[in-house]
Amino acid sequence: MQVYDLPDPRGYFGPYGGVFVAETLMQALEELKLAYEHYRFDPEFQAEFTYDLKHYVGRASPVYYAKRWSEQLGGARIYLKREDLNHTGAHKINNTIGQALLAKRMGKKRVIAETGAGQHGVASATVAARMGMECVVYMGSEDVKRQSPNVFRMKMLGATVVPVESGSKTLKDALNEAMRDWVTNVDSTFYIIGTVAGPHPYPMMVRDFQSVIGHEALAQMPALTGRQPDAIIACVGGGSNAMGIFYPYLGLQDVRLIGVEAAGLGLASGKHAAPLNAGTPGVLHGNRTYLMQDENGQIIETHSISAGLDYPGVGPEHAWLKDSGRAEYVAVTDQEALEAFHDLCRFEGIIPALESSHALAHAAKIAPTMHRDQILLVNLSGRGDKDINTVAALSGITL
Amino acid sequence: MSRIATCFAHLKQQNKKALIPFFTAGDPTPSKTVPLMHAMVTAGADIIELGVPFSDPMADGPTIQRSSERALENHVGLKDILGMVQQFRQDNKTTPVVLMGYANPIEAMGYEKFAQQAQAAGVDGVLTVDYPPEECTDFLECLAQHNLDPIFLLAPTTVDARIAAVARAARGFVYYVSLKGVTGSANLDLRAVQTRLSELRRHIQLPIGVGFGIRDGAMAKAMAEFSDAVVIGSRIVQEIENASPETVVARVETLVKSIRTAMDS
Ligand SMILES: Cc1ncc(COP(=O)(O)O)c(C=O)c1O
Repeated sequence: MQVYDLPDPRGYFGPYGGVFVAETLMQALEELKLAYEHYRFDPEFQAEFTYDLKHYVGRASPVYYAKRWSEQLGGARIYLKREDLNHTGAHKINNTIGQALLAKRMGKKRVIAETGAGQHGVASATVAARMGMECVVYMGSEDVKRQSPNVFRMKMLGATVVPVESGSKTLKDALNEAMRDWVTNVDSTFYIIGTVAGPHPYPMMVRDFQSVIGHEALAQMPALTGRQPDAIIACVGGGSNAMGIFYPYLGLQDVRLIGVEAAGLGLASGKHAAPLNAGTPGVLHGNRTYLMQDENGQIIETHSISAGLDYPGVGPEHAWLKDSGRAEYVAVTDQEALEAFHDLCRFEGIIPALESSHALAHAAKIAPTMHRDQILLVNLSGRGDKDINTVAALSGITL
Repeated sequence: MSRIATCFAHLKQQNKKALIPFFTAGDPTPSKTVPLMHAMVTAGADIIELGVPFSDPMADGPTIQRSSERALENHVGLKDILGMVQQFRQDNKTTPVVLMGYANPIEAMGYEKFAQQAQAAGVDGVLTVDYPPEECTDFLECLAQHNLDPIFLLAPTTVDARIAAVARAARGFVYYVSLKGVTGSANLDLRAVQTRLSELRRHIQLPIGVGFGIRDGAMAKAMAEFSDAVVIGSRIVQEIENASPETVVARVETLVKSIRTAMDS
């Protein structure tokens, strides 16, 4: 079997990835690459990272057998990797801890971040508070509205939240604005990107920091069930929680890897956020990957009930895993995600994030077609407290 | 000799510096683009930098972002813009036209098709903000085959090793970004730019243009003292934004003329 050692030194996963940025940022990315290459295998850095993940984040996150829900669905047994139990409520903190440790070593006193659902913004504000760094978070004004609890959390943590009014006023526009800030303040500022997208080395670096999820699961699943799962299911916005759990499993060919994109109102409606299912390759936000675009190469507006999946691109490694066939990518509608959201609340007493509910919904679809001896592992990437306004509004309730 | 090289050679003889106005094609409306180009030439522009609108202009400040949005509301795409250049060329065979934009519209059209059609339309140079030379080897080959000059940016942050690499890939002229920031920023440091340009000249034989943050004739004149060309973008786009459809061409002509006069004084 061939050893998987992507990306290549230029940041490519097959034809995807690279460093497509304006000249002003090239040197900053080179410095980041060198710093990360140095600390990636530095025992002291890794020890500090591991210590923080254990004592600050609360890792390892448990794997939980959703017995009642599995029995209700009939078929495969569904296990949940409980990233929702992390400090700050999602997988995002794994990455921000890693990048903040790097920022500190690079002597940066100011961090910036983009956020959609607000989970990455909260996770960035959290690590900045802890390290005494200034933190500015860019967030589409549309998302500021629908994720207001997280906006308040960021402010309490001392961050400045800047609502972005340009374009579609969602995650992609927040990313554009963060890039503009970075170009302007490149000497003092560390840009904490929240997913496995952006220019090299971000996709690789964020994947590495998030792969703690998959490494834990590799040990937990045999201990709990006697073997590895038949399939792993994770939602894909930019793709960081999915890469985090997939990566350590890439060499285990018997384990199916299934990424779930947001089908919004349905793939046929055009109102979705599923570039791997319905997009074409192009260049955006520093890398070549699958994008939602029109025939002129303009990025088109996306739609998803979940702010964290409402993004027209996807990390370049997922683009490669799709083309190479190692992972499969499906899509789940708003409605299906909502049903799974409510089911997990009622059957398991767990309120999942709307993002994670997409992965749950796909599990609910395929579990009944599988045998009782088969095992699905779903990455429960975050908890749903932040989504109560959205869900209440859909049920006609004002909080 | 290419139109861009001819243009700079000609200016050198006259001991003048190039004035390069920028605006976004399709802003305020598609029908004004060609008249605006001609008016700029009449007012003393030497090269025209025509912006290709993109939905996600990451290197641009609010002024040019809004112009991009207006152009996109008018459904102006790369193909339409090539048509506009072709129309401009019917009456103007000498003024170089440089397209400036982002990679994805070109990716969507395809390198070969773009290069072939751009050449046919009469485009002279292409500046793609998010294609550093390392990432566009195949594209550069297509441009070369169709006699199109790749224009590259250099920044205050570019280190020596990269300056040399950019210089090797560049044709026509090199565009020095005069500040750390997006287009339309206001923190320009004249002395720093001057020092930097003399460093750049050690690696670069091509003419060097300076842009980002140049807002008036006085600033343009100061920059022209030590550069070969001055690019003015946000200030012109702002004039377009503030004008009515009836006055826009005349107002832009007056503005460009005032900058030209200041530069030559
Ligand atoms: C809980 C949760 N899951 C998933 C995502 C999507 O991001 P990614 O695909 O990078 O994991 C987000 C993003 O905000 C999130 O908050």
